[in-house]
Amino acid sequence: MEILAVILGLVGGVLAGLFGVGGGILFVPTLVLVLGLTQVHAEATSLLAILPTVLVGAWRQHRHGNVDWRAALLVGLGSVAGVEGGVQAAKALPEDVLRRLFAVFMLFVAANLAWRAFRPKPPYPSERDPA
Amino acid sequence: MKLLAIGLVAGVFSALFGVGGGIVIVPLLVIVGLPGRMATGTSLAAIGLTAAAGAVAYGLHGDLKPGAAAILGVPAVLGVVVGVALQQRLAHRTLTFGFALLLTAVGIRLLV
Repeated sequence: MEILAVILGLVGGVLAGLFGVGGGILFVPTLVLVLGLTQVHAEATSLLAILPTVLVGAWRQHRHGNVDWRAALLVGLGSVAGVEGGVQAAKALPEDVLRRLFAVFMLFVAANLAWRAFRPKPPYPSERDPA
Repeated sequence: MKLLAIGLVAGVFSALFGVGGGIVIVPLLVIVGLPGRMATGTSLAAIGLTAAAGAVAYGLHGDLKPGAAAILGVPAVLGVVVGVALQQRLAHRTLTFGFALLLTAVGIRLLV
């Protein structure tokens, strides 16, 4: 199963590079369905797994002059205040409810991507960069 | 102030679902006036902090599996470089729709 997970990690990275939707959306189900983690453990672990990809992506965007570092720092600092709320909510919800909420989120992202695919022009010129 | 508020929302969302939260951050940055290209780049840099904070918070609760994270995260770095290179050469619309179908299938699998 580890080999399958490695392949899916690679695929997650390729898709992040292609579509600008980060690895997390694929990492969480891979960790649950392939490696057998609980939904909470999968979400925790996904956050760690996306870090290197995000850092490479940010560095690449920085070289293109596409990072407003002051704004990034403020958003990042705000998010530090918010994460504990998200962690508490995830841990308070029953496992199957959290998994189904995540599934609904996946369907929302799928709809968003499908809409993007059939729209004549993307609103963000570089939205295909890794995110 | 607006940027801190965006971060707060993104932080809750990111930790709740175990994702970066770019799908929330990018449109909100566009709403407060960043051009699209800057919004995506800035979102990535912000997610670096968000994901690190989320991983630490979950880690303090003892929910982190570093071995499993390495199994996915290390090949993903290689993948993202390949993905960015492929982006220029592939029929993007078909691929995007294909990815949407894949997410739909996995989403339904998790729902039932």
